[in-house]
Amino acid sequence: MSSWSLLVETYFRADLIARFAPEIAKAMLVTVHLAALVVVSGIVAGLALAVVRSFQVRAINYLIVIAVDALRAFPPLVLILLFYFGLPGLGVVMSAFQVLWLALGLVLAAFAEEIFWAGILSVRKGQWEAARSTSLSFGQTLAHIVLPQAVRLTVAPLTNRTIGVTKNTALGGVIGVPEILSVASTGQSITGNSTPLMLGALAYVLLFIPLVVASRWLETRFAWRRV
Amino acid sequence: MEALIHDFFNIEVFIRVFPLVLNGLGMTLLVCAAVVPLGLGGGLIIAFGMQSRRRILRIPIMLQVDFFRVPPLVLLIFIYSGLPFIGIRLSPYAAVCVAFLLNTSAYYGEVYRAGLESVAAGQAEAARSTGLTKLQTTLFVVLPQAVRNVLPDLISNTIEVVKLTALASVVGLPEMLYSSDMGRAMTQNASPIVLAAAIYLLMLWPVVRLVSRLEHRLGH
Repeated sequence: MSSWSLLVETYFRADLIARFAPEIAKAMLVTVHLAALVVVSGIVAGLALAVVRSFQVRAINYLIVIAVDALRAFPPLVLILLFYFGLPGLGVVMSAFQVLWLALGLVLAAFAEEIFWAGILSVRKGQWEAARSTSLSFGQTLAHIVLPQAVRLTVAPLTNRTIGVTKNTALGGVIGVPEILSVASTGQSITGNSTPLMLGALAYVLLFIPLVVASRWLETRFAWRRV
Repeated sequence: MEALIHDFFNIEVFIRVFPLVLNGLGMTLLVCAAVVPLGLGGGLIIAFGMQSRRRILRIPIMLQVDFFRVPPLVLLIFIYSGLPFIGIRLSPYAAVCVAFLLNTSAYYGEVYRAGLESVAAGQAEAARSTGLTKLQTTLFVVLPQAVRNVLPDLISNTIEVVKLTALASVVGLPEMLYSSDMGRAMTQNASPIVLAAAIYLLMLWPVVRLVSRLEHRLGH
């Protein structure tokens, strides 16, 4: 067999493509669903934490900083296994999908909090002072003056980080969530052929290339600059 | 509360699995020792390649950078269990190193590229006009400033590499997470994973703090 036909036979067998394409497509939906949940809950939680932090209550801020640091230091897979195997012992029963959502959502929230906080810090002090001196309250200043400027600064780093965290949806296979990688590698073991895995890789490329292109565009559009 | 201590902070279990987890830590460090320096070097090559004026050089590198940014676990499984079908069989350690190296040098490459772009063109022009060669200009004038400008990103990417090594457990490399998960199965208790988490925290917390400091300083 020539090396070319060996390659086709191993990675692009037509009958296996036909057989697994629908399954991979279904798995793509699981991945997208999970990613959407993680992105929305993670970013909202991160923004909420950054806002809480800006009130500068010392005890609360220590708690936030410690939690955020810890979440940035743990490999996500450690968290996933910890929740998956540990929480049932405490009487908290979650599906594998929910465990994945919780773990990745927490990780994204931690990174998002750091990014939003850096954004808030980088808004000039004069902006705060000017707003407060026109008799806006602290909350109004934060909501209408500071956050709009801060969020603009965070777009590029936040997009990159979000893409990074959503890639970890591929860890779902370890605890049995039927996302792309898990379906693809199961397909490979069943058929003894790498075509399903190649399909899985293509599915990821299909999902992430638009994101990467979008992030390139965002990066040039909202480069991390002081306003 | 008692259940919490028994399931997550069980001293007896900690003592029992400690040697096992420590062995795993050794393997984790071994992977990092290969991937971090090679990734830093590979990233630099990629960054310079992307700046090249020759399309033949630039386009494959850009494609490589985009392609190898698929989720690292996908790349790892592909290299570990997909390549043997065409006769390339790697040990778990080699597969992990190759996969993470391809992935992480793409990221380091992007970071360096941002750094190189942040150095004003006048710097290189001035250096060249004082008679420095192209290589000297790059090494002694442009690169040091570029690296300084993106230092937080380089360090934070290195943290990501260390965390990435936990994925090696999926292909059976006995690094720290794999060992502690074995300990969990052995003792039917989640404490070994807590132990591994604590060691990761101990290793990475100072670095996370450092990055956070550097980033906030840049923000100001």
